[in-house]
Amino acid sequence: MAGVRTLEELLKIAPDLYEIAVFGAEPHANYNRILLSPVLAGEMTIKDIMLNDVDWYARNNIRLMLGKKVVRIDRRARQVFAADGTAEDYDRLLLATGSNPFILPVPGKDLEGVLAYRDIQDTNAMIAASKKVRHAVVVGGGLLGLEAANGLKLRGMNVTVVHLMEWLMERQLDRTAAQLLQQSLEVKGLHFLLQKQTAEILGNAGGRVRGVRFKDGSEIAADLVVMAIGIRPNTELAESAGLYCNRGIVVNDTMQTYDPKIYAVGECAAHRGVAYGLVAPLFEMAKVCANHLAHFGIGRYQGSVSSTKLKVTGIDLFSAGDFAGGGGTEEIVLNDALGGVYKKIVLRDDRIVGTVLYGDTTDGSWYFQLLRDKQSVAGIRDQLMFGQNHLGNSGHQGQSRAVAMADTMEVCGCNGVCKGAIVKAIKERGLFTLDDVRKHTKASSSCGSCTGLVEQILASTVGGAYAPQLAATKPLCGCTDYTHEQVRKTIREQKLLSIPAVMKFLEWREPNGCASCRPALNYYLLCAWPHEVQDDPQSRFINERAHANIQKDGTFSVVPRMFGGITNADQLRRIADIVDKYQIPTVKVTGGQRIDLLGVKKEDLPKVWRDLDMPSGHAYAKALRTVKTCVGSEWCRFGVQDSTNMGIDLEKDLWRMYAPHKVKMAVSGCPRNCAESGVKDVGVIGVDSGWEIYVGGNGGIKTEVAQFLCKVKTREEVLEYAGAFLQLYREEARYLDRTVHYVKRVGLDEIKKRIVDDAANRKALYARLKHALEGVPDPWKERAAGEDRREFEALAV
Amino acid sequence: MKAAALRVVRASTWVRVCRLEDIPPLGARVVHREAGDIAVFRNAGNEVFALADRCPHKGGPLSQGIVHGNKVACPLHGWNIRLEDGRAVAPDEGCAATFPVRIESGEVFLQI
Repeated sequence: MAGVRTLEELLKIAPDLYEIAVFGAEPHANYNRILLSPVLAGEMTIKDIMLNDVDWYARNNIRLMLGKKVVRIDRRARQVFAADGTAEDYDRLLLATGSNPFILPVPGKDLEGVLAYRDIQDTNAMIAASKKVRHAVVVGGGLLGLEAANGLKLRGMNVTVVHLMEWLMERQLDRTAAQLLQQSLEVKGLHFLLQKQTAEILGNAGGRVRGVRFKDGSEIAADLVVMAIGIRPNTELAESAGLYCNRGIVVNDTMQTYDPKIYAVGECAAHRGVAYGLVAPLFEMAKVCANHLAHFGIGRYQGSVSSTKLKVTGIDLFSAGDFAGGGGTEEIVLNDALGGVYKKIVLRDDRIVGTVLYGDTTDGSWYFQLLRDKQSVAGIRDQLMFGQNHLGNSGHQGQSRAVAMADTMEVCGCNGVCKGAIVKAIKERGLFTLDDVRKHTKASSSCGSCTGLVEQILASTVGGAYAPQLAATKPLCGCTDYTHEQVRKTIREQKLLSIPAVMKFLEWREPNGCASCRPALNYYLLCAWPHEVQDDPQSRFINERAHANIQKDGTFSVVPRMFGGITNADQLRRIADIVDKYQIPTVKVTGGQRIDLLGVKKEDLPKVWRDLDMPSGHAYAKALRTVKTCVGSEWCRFGVQDSTNMGIDLEKDLWRMYAPHKVKMAVSGCPRNCAESGVKDVGVIGVDSGWEIYVGGNGGIKTEVAQFLCKVKTREEVLEYAGAFLQLYREEARYLDRTVHYVKRVGLDEIKKRIVDDAANRKALYARLKHALEGVPDPWKERAAGEDRREFEALAV
Repeated sequence: MKAAALRVVRASTWVRVCRLEDIPPLGARVVHREAGDIAVFRNAGNEVFALADRCPHKGGPLSQGIVHGNKVACPLHGWNIRLEDGRAVAPDEGCAATFPVRIESGEVFLQI
């Protein structure tokens, strides 16, 4: 799997670089070995788990040589030789020799009826045996052993699992979870013998297995013995070629062996002393290896934290990281023995380092993501155990578990995609990543609120093969392997001043990028070098290019700015006249205390702006939208602060401010909070003694309550703290992340440290924001005066 | 048995629409027409392409999208449409009509 995966990745990024020949020892093309268990259990067929058929190789001009095992590498001549004498020259060689099952070196191991559990042949042999004989003994109570035992049981055999250790799956589970697991499996009819060491496999006169004898002298009858104790990297070929091996073929961070022309990926490779047997790490290796083979040379494999799911129908089990705890760790545990639910989260310094879930694994991928991103959970510790209580349109409150969902249930409300369509696409098209699912089904590709649910469906459909993309290493887009942070850092350090300069310096794969990276780069450049970088309108989304919001029929909407939500008769009269003059079909009061003119023709926009003579409301931009206010102490009998004027001051201070995403603010004049400051990016609430500032709220896709940043006394302080926070967000958030995502990523404590505790830093941030906004013109005024005319004019024929 | 004999009712003609520099590089202009708008694109290499200004997905005005390489991303839902043949980039499926384009001494002509 790892080898072909590498080729797939390579073909994606450098399709014409190599002539490729693939040797396979097995007589068939490659399949998803992870799904052998469902095949054994009769839930899938071999056909279901084939990944790349012979046609795939042909389509990609890969010469496939099946049934030809490579037996020798001549590194000096750069040639490989198959057992039948076939020779092939190479410039680069990729070893994906996998692993061999470990067979206990006990007497009787070669008897007929003693099998390993590793490949299609083993699986077929087990299925055949289950039809003829009755008693099966599985040696090894790990992941593979239990899946084998479950499969054999489902095929009607009487199965006993023999395990050396005190409890099952001791490398993935703690004692409590293992006992719950054992109970469930016993209910399914499996038998267990723990702390039993196999001494000998007993045979009958015909050379066939008849039983197993243990070290304590006891015996058990067996017609079939399956060894599922572990695997050993297959290093025979590499060793014969003189490549350094130590519990695997030793590779560096770019997957090269000690001979740099030879790469190794998958279970045969030992990276930093670890050989991985799970799929997710193999896929990560494949990506890095392909990257290096394609001469990009920037990807590094730095080891994986892997997670485990047991593929036994009806049993939910998830484990990841350091679940054993101890040594400076803390544990949060939920143990409902009767309900069959056990959850343990292990924390160190407010970060998840491990987890074991049994019975309810809904939040496994979420915990795993937090673990891999090393994200602080200080702020959500008390809710952590109850899970990511929002799973998208069909998954509010975590009630809906992907596995339990019916195929007809809608997952993605934006694009109307139901579960069945997603599962079908994953199976038929061999999808493994969230991005793939988005591309093929559109699910989770719009608002993203069902992402968690889609990931769950993906995880439950492909099993352990699912590798969630690590946010910290996620590339900016498909045109590059660099992350948002790396790109921004390079822009600052190299003082890059244009999109082509960034693309050239960082060796962008597409000559002028894509619709995802260009707007991000344009923003990053303008944010890093205000007044020096020339804005690139062609790299802006249409709304920001035309300074109005495109509607489904291609017309636009116009929202003039009304500072603090205050307007007057003169403005209203002008708006009314414009509605008549340009026959604007809809006039609507917005949620942000402004007026929206909908259905304006693009050609009319500059004229509408000229007649309005009001500033742009930026209702179309990733920028400061509105500062919503209540009437405050000037009129309200409860008001304790002049919220209206505070809102006007904030809006006048910050308007024209572009940001990674839209920014919404509010100011309330008393704790009754009529301006709804609790769901804004920056919310201000007047109290008797001053102002409370809240950050990171959101009223959109997923309602998020803003978090308390600090309390200040004066108007000037409100401007400085709010501005400093927004500048921090502008400088550090990834493009299209709202403040809530940014605050979650870095943690409120970190933000407090830099805004509240560090006065010098706060003042510097605020000064940088003021500098960026200094002299920035009103885009409407400019265009009303004739700037960028051709954007709005149609061509005449 | 049926047979259909088709005859050309109106011959298409070449019309001048603008100068090359009237279209921004990696940008587009739109031509209004009774029979439906036409989007005229210019790529980074100064090649010009013309498509019906209707995304095969939900009719979005392609002329308003971001042009990258020889593709345009529809402004409504982000489908990528190839400028050369109007086809949606896989896995999306659909096609926008194309119009022949000719550039002569800096002037852009469309066949419509």
